[in-house]
Amino acid sequence: MDFIINILSTPAILVGFISLFGLLLQKKPAEDVVKGTVKTIVGFLVLTAGSSFLQTGSLNDFGTIFNYAFNMQGVVPNNEAIVSLGLKEFAQDTAYIMCLGMIANIVLARFSRLNYIFLTGHHTLYMACMIAVILNVGNLSGPLLWIGGGLMLGLIMVISPALCQPTMEKITGTSELGFGHFGGSGYWFSAQIGKLFKGKSKSTEEVNFPQRISFLRDTTVAIGLTMVIFFIIVTFVAVVVRDGMSDPTIAAFFQGETNTHWLVWAITKGFSFSGGVYIILSGVRLIIGEIVPAFRGIAEKLVPNAKPAIDCPVIFPYAPNAVLIGFLTSFVGGILGLFILGAINKALIPVALILPGVIPHFFCGASAGVFANAEGGLKGCLAGSFLHGLLITFLPAICMPVMGSLNFANCTFSDADFSILGIILGNITKFIKDGGLFGVCIVLFLLPIIFNIVAPKKQVQ
Amino acid sequence: MVHSIMCCCGSGLGSSMLVRMNVEKALKKLGASGISVSHSSLSDAAEGAADLFVVGKDLANFVKELPRVIILDNIMDKAELETKLKAEIEKE
Repeated sequence: MDFIINILSTPAILVGFISLFGLLLQKKPAEDVVKGTVKTIVGFLVLTAGSSFLQTGSLNDFGTIFNYAFNMQGVVPNNEAIVSLGLKEFAQDTAYIMCLGMIANIVLARFSRLNYIFLTGHHTLYMACMIAVILNVGNLSGPLLWIGGGLMLGLIMVISPALCQPTMEKITGTSELGFGHFGGSGYWFSAQIGKLFKGKSKSTEEVNFPQRISFLRDTTVAIGLTMVIFFIIVTFVAVVVRDGMSDPTIAAFFQGETNTHWLVWAITKGFSFSGGVYIILSGVRLIIGEIVPAFRGIAEKLVPNAKPAIDCPVIFPYAPNAVLIGFLTSFVGGILGLFILGAINKALIPVALILPGVIPHFFCGASAGVFANAEGGLKGCLAGSFLHGLLITFLPAICMPVMGSLNFANCTFSDADFSILGIILGNITKFIKDGGLFGVCIVLFLLPIIFNIVAPKKQVQ
Repeated sequence: MVHSIMCCCGSGLGSSMLVRMNVEKALKKLGASGISVSHSSLSDAAEGAADLFVVGKDLANFVKELPRVIILDNIMDKAELETKLKAEIEKE
């Protein structure tokens, strides 16, 4: 018995089991079952290794030196980084929530009108982790946490695509594809802004826009370059402006067998961050590479007419200019947002400084740009993605205080849905805890199903 | 001969995996066996990593140095994928 409990509480083996069940349910040949299970387990261990490399290699130092330079908490919005921290404490809970969340997604797709199957597996994993952290603040643990969390995960897996669907259909020209990316509420927001410019402007695709900046689509390059820039600015302020060499903690960074110049140190640390994320991504790829196809296969059998909700790059080819304009304006919004947060921190209340992460601004900003362009052309795209950039800077700052044990981390979740669900659930946990909180999860989950049964269906014209 | 196919996207997690699943289905339909299909990030798209690379139109720039690529106008269009895949496999 001890042995079984031990297995089920060892996260790597637990995710291996989830994958094993998925493969068996699909009646895969034995060698595929073995291969898939092993890859999932190894993936989890790779993720853990990436996590510790990221922390010791650069994340912890970044926090220390940022704090010294600016006397504030500087936060890098990066999903991989924060999830790798969250998994340290909540790996087992995350695995169960992810598994139950996918089942809850199938139930909702079958019995409510939100018939989407959310296929962006890495976001499912990240969201499961965030829900585990936040519901745990509300005293849920063990099976109650897993079931309550799974239901919440299943719910957001259909609500997010549903929010995006009206504009998604305008972009792709078909109603068969859903949009599955946990920045959904941000894209919805951006599309609404775009609507204000309806018919007042030509499409982004009718103007000439240089495509060269698209090399930032390569995640490793994009993270590496931005983190080097962040590290150089912060280290410069700490060492040159604030005389960090006189502080033993800061000076220790540059002393080894030989002394490292602070600039060289900053460049190495910046690229180390990217290296850490690269390892984590490889691990995540191995984990979800087996689980998502199984999930899709099972879902297709149980809910054959559900719409697959697919990761954001699916819309990029429809509007390549909007992708780049969206990224740039969202990024500008992020920089402005950073200064606004700095001012708020100085004048009003202490808030975390959310740095403009190039990955959220690229993938989310680009998607926001495509959504806003579909509704309101070039002007809509500019306004929508700029405001989206501000939105994904302020939302994480508002969400930080409810993040429980991850409150003081130097990184956080970046995309809009993570922050919105975090803020909603986090604030609920302030008032309702324990069994009541579990009840809230069940009621929220049942609402769309009850609505489907009670409310009259629209007549199809 | 094509022995390995790699599907790529920005971070190598979401859309490339769906394309990989579609490629696997298409290969089955075409009756081609013994071809391994993987998915990864653009950082991993290098000569030698696979015999054939599959990316969406928006990423065409990243693979222009690679010897054999399939560029998809619509990454979720199974018919387009099947036609282009068939043409590549039957090349020799």
